[in-house]
Amino acid sequence: MNALPLILTVFVACVVEAVEALTIVLAAGLTREWRSTFQGMAAALVVLAAVIGALGPTVTLLPLTGLRLVVGALLAVFGLQWLRKAVLRATGYKALHDEASAYLREVTAAQSAGAAVKRGAVSDWYAFTLAFKGVLLEGLEVVFIVLTFGANQKNVGAAVIGAACAVAVVAGVGVAVRAPLAKVPENAMKFCVGIMLTSFGTFWGAEGCGVRWPGNDVSLLVLVPVVTVVSLGYVAWLRSVAKSSASASASEGVTVS
Amino acid sequence: MRWLRSFGAFWYDFIIGDDWQVAFIVVVALGLTAVFVHLGSVNAWWLLPLCVFGALAWSLRRATSHGR
Repeated sequence: MNALPLILTVFVACVVEAVEALTIVLAAGLTREWRSTFQGMAAALVVLAAVIGALGPTVTLLPLTGLRLVVGALLAVFGLQWLRKAVLRATGYKALHDEASAYLREVTAAQSAGAAVKRGAVSDWYAFTLAFKGVLLEGLEVVFIVLTFGANQKNVGAAVIGAACAVAVVAGVGVAVRAPLAKVPENAMKFCVGIMLTSFGTFWGAEGCGVRWPGNDVSLLVLVPVVTVVSLGYVAWLRSVAKSSASASASEGVTVS
Repeated sequence: MRWLRSFGAFWYDFIIGDDWQVAFIVVVALGLTAVFVHLGSVNAWWLLPLCVFGALAWSLRRATSHGR
């Protein structure tokens, strides 16, 4: 398979995570102190690189059938989780993730955390920890996607390129704007990533069970649009359910009054 | 012990998320697919996509009926 779909999928998934990490880093840097924030961010990136460096070569050595079964199952479950949240957000059943309010929450917490505590080379331990945790936790999702996609395609390098480009783009925009990227259409991106993760997970999981897909790899070109159409169908279905229940409760109100 | 518990909770939340039944359906569907292929000699490529769509619909239905 061409490396481009792999790079693009990892890129979009990583942009979403990088935007969330950027919000936390900006809150720590702008309200506390930039030096400790960068130290925390760098420490988290070193840990994430070490995880990829240690696990990347190992997972590519595993037998492909077993790898596809395990990774397919994990990706399908993980992708369905993303897709479920994206559909619920698109239909108003779950609040949209708002970077501006997430930023305000972090800023309030950082301001009320008290005076800077210096330990060793870190002059503000709170800023260091906040940046470290934010980048590490968001980055773990990136590592998961890079390793699962990269290992299955026997091309961890291409997946790393997609992730690195995403981090560079978001960091560049963040430095230029110096504000949380509230205008990024996060839910639409999560919806797309959920579709890709679910499609690839289903494809690889079934292959790992011994299935031969009609047309082999070409069936992915059918599976991705089918998952998209079904997911959009679910969005339409939930919107109509919400609409009919809203009009039913409105008419009940009229009857009661 | 507390560290182990929070480590496990992190990975559970990370992979499984809000609805464990979706993960359960996917695992059962993979098991059934393997049974079809290896014991029944049926190339059941259609089974996992059907179960994935069903699991998503079932999970959404329950999430929205709880929300109302």
